[in-house]
Amino acid sequence: MDDIAIRLGVDELLAAYADCIDEDRLEEWPDFFTEQCRYVIISQSDHAAGLRHGIIYAASRGMLTDRVMALRKANIFEPHHYRHIVGPTRVVGVDGGVAEVRSNFLVVRIMHDGGTQLFATGRYLDRVDIGSKPYRFIERTVVLDSHKIDTLLVIPL
Amino acid sequence: MSGLGEHALTWPSNGLSEVPFRLYTDPAQYHLEQEQIFKGPTWNYLCLAAEIANPGDYVATTIGEAEVVVTRDTAGAINGFVNRCAHRGNLLCFERRGNVKEISCIYHGWTYDLAGRLTGVAFERGVKRQGGMPPEFRKDEHNLARLKVTELAGLVFGTFCDDAPDLETYLGPAVTGGVRRVLNRPVHILGRSTQVLPNNWKLYFENVKDTYHASILHLFLTTFRINRLSQPGGITIDANGGNHFSQAKMDYAAEDADYKAAALRADSEFRLADSSIVESIDEYGDSVSVQILTVFPAMVLQQIRNTIAVRVLRPRGLERSELDWIHLGFDDDDEAMTERRLRQGNLVGAAGFISMEDGCVGGFVQRALHYDDEGSGVVMMGGHDADSQPFRATEAAIRGFWKHYRALMGG
Repeated sequence: MDDIAIRLGVDELLAAYADCIDEDRLEEWPDFFTEQCRYVIISQSDHAAGLRHGIIYAASRGMLTDRVMALRKANIFEPHHYRHIVGPTRVVGVDGGVAEVRSNFLVVRIMHDGGTQLFATGRYLDRVDIGSKPYRFIERTVVLDSHKIDTLLVIPL
Repeated sequence: MSGLGEHALTWPSNGLSEVPFRLYTDPAQYHLEQEQIFKGPTWNYLCLAAEIANPGDYVATTIGEAEVVVTRDTAGAINGFVNRCAHRGNLLCFERRGNVKEISCIYHGWTYDLAGRLTGVAFERGVKRQGGMPPEFRKDEHNLARLKVTELAGLVFGTFCDDAPDLETYLGPAVTGGVRRVLNRPVHILGRSTQVLPNNWKLYFENVKDTYHASILHLFLTTFRINRLSQPGGITIDANGGNHFSQAKMDYAAEDADYKAAALRADSEFRLADSSIVESIDEYGDSVSVQILTVFPAMVLQQIRNTIAVRVLRPRGLERSELDWIHLGFDDDDEAMTERRLRQGNLVGAAGFISMEDGCVGGFVQRALHYDDEGSGVVMMGGHDADSQPFRATEAAIRGFWKHYRALMGG
């Protein structure tokens, strides 16, 4: 597979992922991951210190499905949505069927009353399964620049 | 009426079960709390002893809104003092933690030893015999104001108040025992984060003491039919009222069997696809699955199954607070235990399945009180007293909070 094809496939994955969340099609969100996967939201300071606790720590696709189910059926919060702006994508390595990918993100939170706030910025550190189509995340580590979360985090980043 | 103007705040009665709403909206009350509670005879969490293990280690933190530093000195003792240079009041340590030989002020180069004693004044004798401090200047009259500090079960606490009772007396034997029960061996930090709360600090601290709301606001466990088994428990409140813990017990073995049975049935969509976030072991051997403990005015020690965390509440203005989550593991955890704690970590914190609502509900109260803060709220569940009770459908621990609050604030 040539580099350009991989890059285009990864770009499509990252863009489709952001659209899925921002358009509130969260039931489709777990399908961006392989069955055996890892999705962790962690602060830059914890990540740099080698700590492992995640603000969200999912070690299987089932745990992602449970996140969505809880958000829809159990958890209580004011309605809001996100707008993801995902920065340049860099494929920093390809090893067999796995691409290691980095990108920056900025997430704006729009509350139901119109209140709009910068909610999170950071980096996505991804390992992407490029062995089959569509590409899927084997691992997505969301490294938050700040360790502060305003009010609560219920919709995934 | 709100804001400045006709005050003072008046309590409707001497009873504990009516709480004036203006307590959460009155700027004068907020300032008084900083002086009489956070700088009063109360004990405040500073850091883990493990964070300042080596001589020269320091942590810069806050008690209420006041900036403080805690250090380990070369003799191995823990010291606490204000993070404010005695010269012009500049912030001395502006990084959160580090290791230093001495504390030095960037502004004019005054230096202090690790116990906060002034050791050096730049140009004390002037430059080329001109200027300098007058002969009556004595360095030992300009040490940093010290805190009283103490350690309990690996937690370091401090107080501004020389007259504060010692920590174990302050907590009482039961709550002291509750701390020792959870932190019964050396800990390390698994991770930390801060949840910014859009509300007055007291609304969160009451929430933690409120065993009434748990199964009503937090629907995760009931939605997914976790915890259907009976849960005996109760609340324990210290004699002053301010410190407490609530406990719930669980039959770990029966619950485990329940998951295994549930995994075989596909009878409900309301079933966790991956139940490893709640699969827990009885690590204390006492069947207690939840223990929420508070140390007045602003610390929580949490054991929810196998998630252990310290939460530190920091007032940041009348209508804003920050809640630091410090997630802990034990040094003797094996990899399986660490993974278990990390997975159960999904239950708590800013994105916690059974805690995220606490991030918004205080803000809802605060919003509802905005320029509508006449009258009082009611906390009568379980009676009018602030005594320990063998059940949890009660607001006794909230009444205990107000009992101690009023003792310190007057009223």
